[in-house]
Amino acid sequence: MTFLRRLVGDAPPRVLWSLLVLLALLLVAPAVLGKYWLSVLILVLYFAYVGQAWNILMGFAGQLSLGHALYAGLGGYIAAGLYFHYGIGPWAGLFAAIAVAGVAGAIVGYLGFRFSLAGVYFALLTIAFSEFTRVAFDHWAWAGGSAGLFLKVEPGTDLLNLRGGPLLFYYVILALAAGAFILCRVLLQSRLGRYWLAIREDAEAAQAVGVPVLRCKMMAIVISAGLTALAGVWNAFYYNNLFPETAFAMGRSIEITLAPIIGGLGTLFGPIVGAVVLTGLGEAFTDVGDMLRIPGSKQIFYGLALLIIVMYRPAGVWPWLADKLGLKDRQP
Amino acid sequence: MSGARLQLETIGKSFRGLRAVHDVSFAVPAGAIHALIGPNGAGKTTIFNMIAGVFAPDAGCVRLDGAVISGLRPDRICDAGVGRTFQLVKPFKELSVLENVTVGALHRRRHLPDARDAAAAILSQLGLYDRRHQLAQSLTLPDRKRLEVARALATEPKLLLLDEVMAGLRPTEVDVMVGFLRELNRRTGLTILLIEHVMRAVMALAAEVVVVSYGEKIAEGTPQEVTRNQAVLDVYLGQEEL
Repeated sequence: MTFLRRLVGDAPPRVLWSLLVLLALLLVAPAVLGKYWLSVLILVLYFAYVGQAWNILMGFAGQLSLGHALYAGLGGYIAAGLYFHYGIGPWAGLFAAIAVAGVAGAIVGYLGFRFSLAGVYFALLTIAFSEFTRVAFDHWAWAGGSAGLFLKVEPGTDLLNLRGGPLLFYYVILALAAGAFILCRVLLQSRLGRYWLAIREDAEAAQAVGVPVLRCKMMAIVISAGLTALAGVWNAFYYNNLFPETAFAMGRSIEITLAPIIGGLGTLFGPIVGAVVLTGLGEAFTDVGDMLRIPGSKQIFYGLALLIIVMYRPAGVWPWLADKLGLKDRQP
Repeated sequence: MSGARLQLETIGKSFRGLRAVHDVSFAVPAGAIHALIGPNGAGKTTIFNMIAGVFAPDAGCVRLDGAVISGLRPDRICDAGVGRTFQLVKPFKELSVLENVTVGALHRRRHLPDARDAAAAILSQLGLYDRRHQLAQSLTLPDRKRLEVARALATEPKLLLLDEVMAGLRPTEVDVMVGFLRELNRRTGLTILLIEHVMRAVMALAAEVVVVSYGEKIAEGTPQEVTRNQAVLDVYLGQEEL
């Protein structure tokens, strides 16, 4: 309980209770939800998790990555490839996935941060790496090339090899999302987390008060890449197929950034709130699109809705919502 | 906390062939307060940046308690015991006043609650405690200057470099800041080097003054001596009254 107390820190006790109630509801949700709503919830949790991972680099440390599909793609391919070729299950494969994505993150980070590429220039670097990795995977036979890599779908549930239906993947992504939330909270309350915020605000001033800027940025990108790789592993085993064209797609990278941006950059609840809003809107407009029978109408409405949110709540939905709920939380 | 001795040995710096600082040497004994003055563009901030490690001098070296610190990264120089403020203030805008100073305090403390306590103590000394929960971007300029000082002090330096922290302050506020710095120096023995245009503060605080012009040291001595020095008067003639 003291750990839980510490976890919410200065926030009022009802925040802790609300979180526990929410977690309990999510745990029993599959019992009452149908197949469709379960798949929607899975999508929400996926974006909440991967948004949390991206938010570490952008929201905390202030470094814009538009190439996070690189880490998700690498993670997915490594774990899926190990299983496909050698029968190594994803619980072991995920360590290799995290390691490879972490190294990739370290390379991108070192090139960007050591040579002081900031803002859009760093973002361009992240895109470049993601793009040429896509091209490389198109030609890499081990990973199936551009024809893709397919995992055999087997009946029944095999927890050890992460084979099973949506229910299994629901609980796995729920655990990941909850774990990422706790991890981010702990990080934010640590020295490293405070140093990240300082770097985000002003790197020169941070360095003058003793912050080892390069090392802290490297930590941010490696942790962020490692967590994103886990999302990739989950993704690969959930969908059972991987193509370079989608795994490393620009759209995949953008998708990862949306929940935290809509929900509130640099906040703990932002990626979660953003994921709910985004997925909710997406589903709603799918229905509208079906009704109107106009091709592309879903995307137009979806884009408009995002535009309106960003225009009226540039700091994200969560800071505004927190204010409405009377949670004048001093901590981000 | 006690002071460290600062020595500048024939340091020089050029930017693309433009000589910003040339052959400047002076020393600040441990526990002393000295001032660095000179007209705009004389190279004062460049000298500060070389001490603080923003860039290394092209020639000469900087020593802190005898050990060479020039060439180290700014965070390493902070480790060595140098705290600095920025002339153009650099608050962590989206963080609260308390969080700003906490980042500094974390330098010598591992745990956030300890660092927060230390930061709160420094804020009360500088009269910012009541504003600790405000975002730094909402502070007025004089308060931002105070925040710069608080954040630098939180790293527990042995040498404090103050770059025009009195600029923009009203005379009464200058007196408060002067009183605070003098008391801080008396209590802790912290060495202070300040760049300052507000002569009221220089006269009240500095035991010795170094005057630079066009990147070179032109005079050094007590405030009374330098204000009577002909070379100094020539430099300032028609610019400012000393």
